[in-house]
Amino acid sequence: MTKKTNASADKKADASVTPTSTSASAPINQRLGKEERIELYRTMLRIRRFEERSLRAYQAKKIGGFLHLYIGQEAVAVGCCSLMGPNDHVITAYRDHGHAIAVGMGLNELMAELFGKATGCSKGKGGSMHYFAPDRNYWGGHGIVGGQIPLGTGLAYAVKYKGLKGAAMAFMGDGAVNQGAVHEAYNLASLWQLPVIFVIENNGYSMGTSQQRSSAGDLAKRAEGYNMSWGTCNGHDVYDVRAVMDRFLRQAREESKPAIIEIRTYRYRGHSVADPDNTYRAKAEIEEYRRTKDPIQVFQHQLLSEGVLTEADAAQIDQAARTEADAAADFAEASPFPTPDDIQKDVYWEADHPAERKSQGRLFFN
Amino acid sequence: MPVLTYREAIRHALAEELERDSSVVVLGEEVGQFNGAYKVTEGLLAKFGPKRIVDTPISEAGFIGLGVGASMLGIRPVMELMFWSFYSVAFDQILNNAANVRYMSGGLINCPIVIRGPANGGTNVGATHSHTPENVLANHPGVKVVVPSTAADAKGLLKSAIRDNDPVFFLENTLLYGEKGEVPEGEHVVPLGLADVKRAGTDLTIVTYGRSVLHSLAAAEILQRDHGASVEVVDLRTIRPLDLDTVLASVAKTHRVLIVEEQKPFASVGSQLAYMIQREAFDELDAPIHRLATVDAPAIYSPPVEVEQLPNPSRVLKAALEALA
Ligand SMILES: Cc1ncc(C[n+]2csc(CCOP(=O)(O)OP(=O)(O)O)c2C)c(N)n1
Ligand SMILES: [Mg+2]
Repeated sequence: MTKKTNASADKKADASVTPTSTSASAPINQRLGKEERIELYRTMLRIRRFEERSLRAYQAKKIGGFLHLYIGQEAVAVGCCSLMGPNDHVITAYRDHGHAIAVGMGLNELMAELFGKATGCSKGKGGSMHYFAPDRNYWGGHGIVGGQIPLGTGLAYAVKYKGLKGAAMAFMGDGAVNQGAVHEAYNLASLWQLPVIFVIENNGYSMGTSQQRSSAGDLAKRAEGYNMSWGTCNGHDVYDVRAVMDRFLRQAREESKPAIIEIRTYRYRGHSVADPDNTYRAKAEIEEYRRTKDPIQVFQHQLLSEGVLTEADAAQIDQAARTEADAAADFAEASPFPTPDDIQKDVYWEADHPAERKSQGRLFFN
Repeated sequence: MPVLTYREAIRHALAEELERDSSVVVLGEEVGQFNGAYKVTEGLLAKFGPKRIVDTPISEAGFIGLGVGASMLGIRPVMELMFWSFYSVAFDQILNNAANVRYMSGGLINCPIVIRGPANGGTNVGATHSHTPENVLANHPGVKVVVPSTAADAKGLLKSAIRDNDPVFFLENTLLYGEKGEVPEGEHVVPLGLADVKRAGTDLTIVTYGRSVLHSLAAAEILQRDHGASVEVVDLRTIRPLDLDTVLASVAKTHRVLIVEEQKPFASVGSQLAYMIQREAFDELDAPIHRLATVDAPAIYSPPVEVEQLPNPSRVLKAALEALA
């Protein structure tokens, strides 16, 4: 049986340094009902509890490879994905658990994927960095820094080609902005006026390299060189993420215009769980963010002050999220691994659809 | 039967598939207004308009990645690489994204993209423009690799490639674009993964593909005329999936094999074939399997010497005589 979630409670954000959101009055937030506000809060907590639980499973050697935690950045994925309409699409890099939960994937299939189980969202074939849910317009989960950005531009191209009113949000880290493929995608998006929002989740570091040591100039301002609009927002405040992204998403859907948005955020954990996190930033810096800017605490404070949430509600939501994460770990633990026979499935569409196969000859070489 | 050039045959396949399926779109550098760097797409912009025939900037990683992303959402992009040699700048998009996305998503996502363009030496354009990456591409499970040698095959195989639900990489040859051949009228579709015996014979099997088929056929005529040797030429047409059965049936008839390929020999298509033939037909072989490949160096510029670096009829002849000895 796997260990239960009883992580130390998050440090309470200091109320004096977490002023209520300046974006609460944006129409897109004004319009939110009580339940919808609570849902934003709940989704952020579910991401955090899921990841804390996955970290313990990793430490218990239930999970292989890399595990890049999103803890601290939850408001970004939740804010952005809460704005998705039926023809909007999301693609991101390897730090992909938050977006997966924010688009509505279930914790069981996500945890099982980490455990390498056949019940995982990719049947244990993708792992932490490669979550996908095309039925939720979620296109991954990509391991090569910047490599997903041309794909996201292609999603927008397809939306436009089909004459639909929708937009693609292509997420990347602050370290990805210097990849050539990203700049090629910027140019194509602007040249062809594709409805794509390039979302830079600037958590200040690419592995152990700070933004100052890797990028010249302002990250989103590079849009000007491509004649695109751009903006920045406060990724610690889910209302601000929604307010800013809503503006640009509308412009994308209605006028087929691309944009680059830099969302300032912070990760509390190491780059991956293999990062001892003691070489490139001060512990005090992390503590300061946790104390003053934690997106979950900031939003809890906001909802308490709005009278939408009580302390008791918050505790109950938290308890439910922990229970759900524990249940996901139990589900993953109890699930079967794929078998060696599964290794060569899901490689070719044709091999998996023998009745419809049109080609001949050998597809595999054993 | 109408006679078409290899170039026209490809163009007809594109036009017919554009006509048949509104999700097919052609993208690439100079495919539209310029009418194609090698004029393969000539006239398509005028016929189908700029939504279906799209000129891209010189941005292979960007536009091929865009095509891969669009294909995940059900578009069927046919991307032209001006030269397959330029695949290296889009390697990540082609061989990480297109090749892997179905697998990593546990079969949830398909990538019905075609990437096509010439991949050959022999035009004195030096090492950067003369790559033949079929072995590199075929090393990636999830992709299909096609190398047609004739106009009819080029048309029929491209139509199959465009209808295929897996990523298909289609390697043409600038030196074949002007070659003429009979192409069946009407709906002409050649399934991927089916080899074709281009010449029947009893003494030696030459397994080959692409332009080397032409060299092998030329050598086979000389072998018949001057040496009384009857050579069978098997054109693989598709590298992956691979029609080994046709190859083995020929080996069972001739008992001798020469593999001819416009490939550097180390870890080439030919090395894989040689392994498979000896593994499956050891008892049929009267002699070791022989191979003729590109001379193992980057493509030389010097025009008369480049001819000698690549397979050519006299090199094939010499290698065949050794295999027959
Ligand atoms: C092309 C490529 N180069 C290097 C790596 C190794 N790598 C993985 S993540 C990473 C840092 C990326 O940082 P950033 O884009 O800021 O994203 P974050 O991890 O902060 O979410 C590096 C160097 C990689 N996966 N792909
Ligand atoms: Mg970063």
